[in-house]
Amino acid sequence: MFFQALLFQLGYNATLVTFGATLLGIAAGVTGSFLFFRKRALVSDAISHATLPGVALAFIVMVALGFDGRNLPGLLLGSAISAALGLFAVQWLSSRTRLTEDAAIGAVLSVFFGFGIVLLTVIQTMSSGRQAGLEGFLLGSTAGMLYADALLIAGGGALALILVAIFRRPMMMASFDPEFARSSGINLDRTDLIMMGLVMGVTVIGLKIVGLILIVALLIIPPVAARFWSDRADRVVVIAGALGGLSAWIGASASAVAPNLPTGPIIVLTAFAIFTASMLFAPARGLLISAIQHRNFQRGVHIRQGLVSLAQGQPIYEPMTIRLLRAEGLARADGVPTPDGVARASRVLRDEKRWETARADPALEMAAARYDGLTQIEDVLTSDQIDELDARIGGPREVTP
Amino acid sequence: MLQIANEDIVRAEAQNLRESPFAIRGLTVSYGQKPAVFSVDATVEAGKMTAIVGPNGAGKSTMLKAALGIIKPLSGQVTHMGRPVADEMDRIAYVPQRASVDWDFPVRVIDVVLMGLFRKTGLLGRLSGADRKHAMACLERVGMTDFATRQIGQLSGGQQQRVFLARALAQDADLYLLDEPFAGVDAATEKAIIAVLKSLRAEGRTVVAVHHDLSTVPDYFDNVLLLNVRKIAEGPVATTFTDENLGAAYGGRLATARIDPAAVAG
Repeated sequence: MFFQALLFQLGYNATLVTFGATLLGIAAGVTGSFLFFRKRALVSDAISHATLPGVALAFIVMVALGFDGRNLPGLLLGSAISAALGLFAVQWLSSRTRLTEDAAIGAVLSVFFGFGIVLLTVIQTMSSGRQAGLEGFLLGSTAGMLYADALLIAGGGALALILVAIFRRPMMMASFDPEFARSSGINLDRTDLIMMGLVMGVTVIGLKIVGLILIVALLIIPPVAARFWSDRADRVVVIAGALGGLSAWIGASASAVAPNLPTGPIIVLTAFAIFTASMLFAPARGLLISAIQHRNFQRGVHIRQGLVSLAQGQPIYEPMTIRLLRAEGLARADGVPTPDGVARASRVLRDEKRWETARADPALEMAAARYDGLTQIEDVLTSDQIDELDARIGGPREVTP
Repeated sequence: MLQIANEDIVRAEAQNLRESPFAIRGLTVSYGQKPAVFSVDATVEAGKMTAIVGPNGAGKSTMLKAALGIIKPLSGQVTHMGRPVADEMDRIAYVPQRASVDWDFPVRVIDVVLMGLFRKTGLLGRLSGADRKHAMACLERVGMTDFATRQIGQLSGGQQQRVFLARALAQDADLYLLDEPFAGVDAATEKAIIAVLKSLRAEGRTVVAVHHDLSTVPDYFDNVLLLNVRKIAEGPVATTFTDENLGAAYGGRLATARIDPAAVAG
């Protein structure tokens, strides 16, 4: 059943909902990347919580005017207006008062959310009795979603992606170096407005599926996970889009199978699982590989230091060094080097001497920058360069153990 | 009654503005109620290297940023060859302080240099092979070609500064404004940077740098602008960089400034 949902085989409506959710996830991951680069991830939390009073007021207004209160475009319009007000409040508080942005976010988020909850309570006392759908906006629900709703969400996600493609350069430059971006003719206020407008758009179209409490996770977790996979911003954006889309696709499929499950938490838990896997196992930047590299480096440093000590006839006190030298067959338990150890020690000492000379020479700066205490100088310099270094040192010296 | 200005003075001023790539008139910047830069007039000479010198908190960086519109001045106008700077920004390259950005940002060295081409490519323009070649040539000028595909977080402070300079070179501007290009860099980098700046001057471009190390001012620069919230003096190093003017700019702090340039630079 779940796999059928994943493969879009659960009927037209469920397929469309899953498709819409996937596009939303891609748009959220991509847009969220820029928010992450700009170090303003939490602004999205203020925006999303600020949508609630708008949803509730839109419902009340539509019912009062005799329409169906659950009309999605109407509710989303209301949420967009109150989200814009919330965003404006955050901007105004942080630029015009002494409050910092985090304080402004905290104030706006809680006040708007509290007001929205009050309005929801008011709605529950209303006679219309058709308020059942509104709680779905808190945690997300695909149950009872209409064909037109799914289309609206998919279209919104696609539009957000197009806008990101157009404005990616100024948004990237404003994130990396705002002062330089300004001097290159980029209007920072306008760029931030576009960025926040995009975040607001993604938040609003994501309300129905992910819910306003958790939409922030779909904006932030994919870029943060993607950061473990690449050191290049353009790739982080693409990977974040893929991870966001994947999370939303799996979450929406699960929700199609079990309509009583709230969609938002499932999507967010999927995203979190991806994040955890990325953090642990990503090549080059993951924790696991970092731990292995650190351990190998530490062993290498101990052996190297031990060999240098042996070469200079100094005693070794560090138990780990002695253990490693023994394990490598370079020294005996009492710290006396084996013949193999003597040979390696003299090579290491010569390497150290060459590095020392190379690092003092400004002409070899590029090569010297690769010094890490372990890399052999033969891997960095040509044999001609090394000969020249040796000439300066005065030839390889004999060492006594 | 106000005296009507002499016509000759008006004409001379107009010519000054027309010939200067960076002319500041009545610039005042304030954070809150306390002015950081107060009513500064300055006329940078074309094709020369000018140092902006003054004690910590003298408003040197602030003046540059305000002149470029990065922060909003209270009053004043700034022109490039007689036209407002805001309209001529494509002729001006700015090198911010190295510490002003996050060096963990996920970009490579070459990507940073390519940002210098934003004016040329605009929103959607594609970067051509020629653009990449140009960017590599700029890296070459600062001796950083080997680092083109490194992540910027792996660079030393001096290398970071050279990347910033390469990005400015990519802009191919007439006027280069640098905010403390020598702060916290190694000796090799300082040499490389000054060589590039002198080559820019040799090409007829104008260089203005906020500078901390008083001991190198006569070696590096043609002109000097002494600033301490107000302008103290400006002109050729030989006639302007005098003990008297320095005393006026630095007050009691001059002794420390002169004895230990490293401490001032830090």
